[in-house]
Amino acid sequence: MATISADNHGLRLATRYAVLVLIAIVFIFPLVFMLMSSLKPDQQLLQDTASLRAFLPVGDVSLRNYTAAFDRAPVALFIFNSVLVTGVTVVLSLLVCSMAAFAFVFIGWKGRDFLLTVILATLIVPFETIAIPLLLIASKLPWIGMDGLTWGWLNSYHVQIVPFIADGLTIFLFVQYFKDLPGELIEAARVEGATWPQIYRRIVMPLAGPVLATAAILKFLAMYNQYLWPLMVVQQEGYRPVMVGLQYFFQQNVAWGEVMAYLSMITVPVLAFYLYLQRAFIASIASTGVKG
Amino acid sequence: MASKFQRSNRTGWLMAGPAGLLIAGFVILPFFFAFALSFTNQRLISPNPTEFTGLANYRQLLGMAVLTVDPVVDAAGAVVLKDGVPEYPAIRSFTRNNPDYPHLQGMREWTSFTWGDSRTYILARDVVFLTAIVNTFIFVIVVAPVQAGLALGLALLINQRLRGINLFRAIYFMPVVVSIVVVSLLWRFIYDGNSGLLNNLLGAISFGAIPQIDWLGNPSTALGAIIAMSIWQAVGFHMVIWLSGLQTISPTLYEAGAIEGASKWQTFRYITWPGLRNTAVLVLIVITMQAFALFAQIDVMTSGGPLDSTQTIVFQAIERGYGKQDISGGSAISVILFVIVLTISLIQRWLTRERT
Repeated sequence: MATISADNHGLRLATRYAVLVLIAIVFIFPLVFMLMSSLKPDQQLLQDTASLRAFLPVGDVSLRNYTAAFDRAPVALFIFNSVLVTGVTVVLSLLVCSMAAFAFVFIGWKGRDFLLTVILATLIVPFETIAIPLLLIASKLPWIGMDGLTWGWLNSYHVQIVPFIADGLTIFLFVQYFKDLPGELIEAARVEGATWPQIYRRIVMPLAGPVLATAAILKFLAMYNQYLWPLMVVQQEGYRPVMVGLQYFFQQNVAWGEVMAYLSMITVPVLAFYLYLQRAFIASIASTGVKG
Repeated sequence: MASKFQRSNRTGWLMAGPAGLLIAGFVILPFFFAFALSFTNQRLISPNPTEFTGLANYRQLLGMAVLTVDPVVDAAGAVVLKDGVPEYPAIRSFTRNNPDYPHLQGMREWTSFTWGDSRTYILARDVVFLTAIVNTFIFVIVVAPVQAGLALGLALLINQRLRGINLFRAIYFMPVVVSIVVVSLLWRFIYDGNSGLLNNLLGAISFGAIPQIDWLGNPSTALGAIIAMSIWQAVGFHMVIWLSGLQTISPTLYEAGAIEGASKWQTFRYITWPGLRNTAVLVLIVITMQAFALFAQIDVMTSGGPLDSTQTIVFQAIERGYGKQDISGGSAISVILFVIVLTISLIQRWLTRERT
């Protein structure tokens, strides 16, 4: 931009936008390619990669790949599994972690500081370093369900949910937020004889909208996009989430059009959700940066 | 804090208990289990009882030795030349059932070099794991500064007051919400050796001068290809963190700078950068931790190949702990990974500490 004279405002502005647009293309082209390819027959899809046609809905365009994907794999089941696991985990996580943070911030109790320190210390333990021993633990744990007492959690919904309900980051986010709430509010409620559960439910949680959104979005992204854990603990297709169900399309001769249709189906709802709540998504990532 | 004047042990434990129990059971317990299991021969399913095996797993993973050998000499004491270079005794003769070198039993050559007349071999008990460690370090050492730098550049770009800037911010961030599994599959098309998008683009801008490259199938380009894709996917995440750091810098500082007639570079160097100190430490530590966990890209794109050029520590941990059901071996790798991550983040914290 140095070659452009400073007073030429219009040209400078145009250059700025050109740079922004060029970078935008870099970030968006694989997704456009995915959507467009999902509409094309395999042969054309592969031919089109030779030109800009790869990014345009041209040629023999149809939704056949989508119906074929449903025929090939239990797509609806995979989506149902993902939505169920993600939804239940998010709701339970918000409940359990906000309750814990409430106790950490507003109530004085023996062992509080110790427990909080331990929980925050788990933030430096990457999941990947505990995945293998966790697999062993999950394969041995008892569960009481519809079939009575069973041993071993592998191939179930709960093995995908329970280990992820409580985590250090979510508790940390709630603690940070609750600390900034006016303490006099809680004090006044106690003086008037409100019980702790009442204060939690009637006073604190109604004020917690922003942090609930942040925690929900982060948990949603982490759970929906989970790959390593379900790959290890779910071998039966009945419980598989979308990311692991993908393997289905690579078993026999790969039909790339169907793969693209499947990728589009599991990605576009998330992208739409993101674009709709864009500010909240970005704010939630930004708030993880507060811990520095 | 409000808690100073309100105490209730029972309510406190009841409300924090569920989270405490879950974290104890599913984070802290497996964490200590990893250490304990790494000293045993535990398998996922085994008819035999688990035995304590001490450091055997670590010896198996990290065992290394240096062996220096002299060239083969004939009966007259002259060096035997083969195609003009001295011939050396085969490594096999030392590492297989050689009673004089029991500590080398089962080792393989990792690398070797010639020093004077003699040849020095670096042998390892587990060549693949050492390669995985080296690859992971290369990944981290490239990704951490490049991704942090690009993310800062994007954050500065997006921090301008321009009409429609939020749209660009939304687009740059978009890959972050897409699963890395989906991204990896899409990029297999970009990197394809025959008619991949990247090859076609390079061919078009060079008028066919650049030959077709099988980016993921070539040992010299595969890791680089995965590095580039990983940066593309996650750079928006750190752009947002930088951006929130940028917005904490007081506008009055910039106004003062403008009055003093500071250049763009001076403004960045003396106002922006000092204000981003804490953000920089955070971004660096988060990227490093994420980079060490490299797994999904490898699993979807290369499975560690070609020729182990994309093996990583986590991929090895999963391949053993889950693939081969060798829980103890996988746990030992997990412990090694944790020790590495902890050491590096402590070093980073120390290097970036506030100097008073």
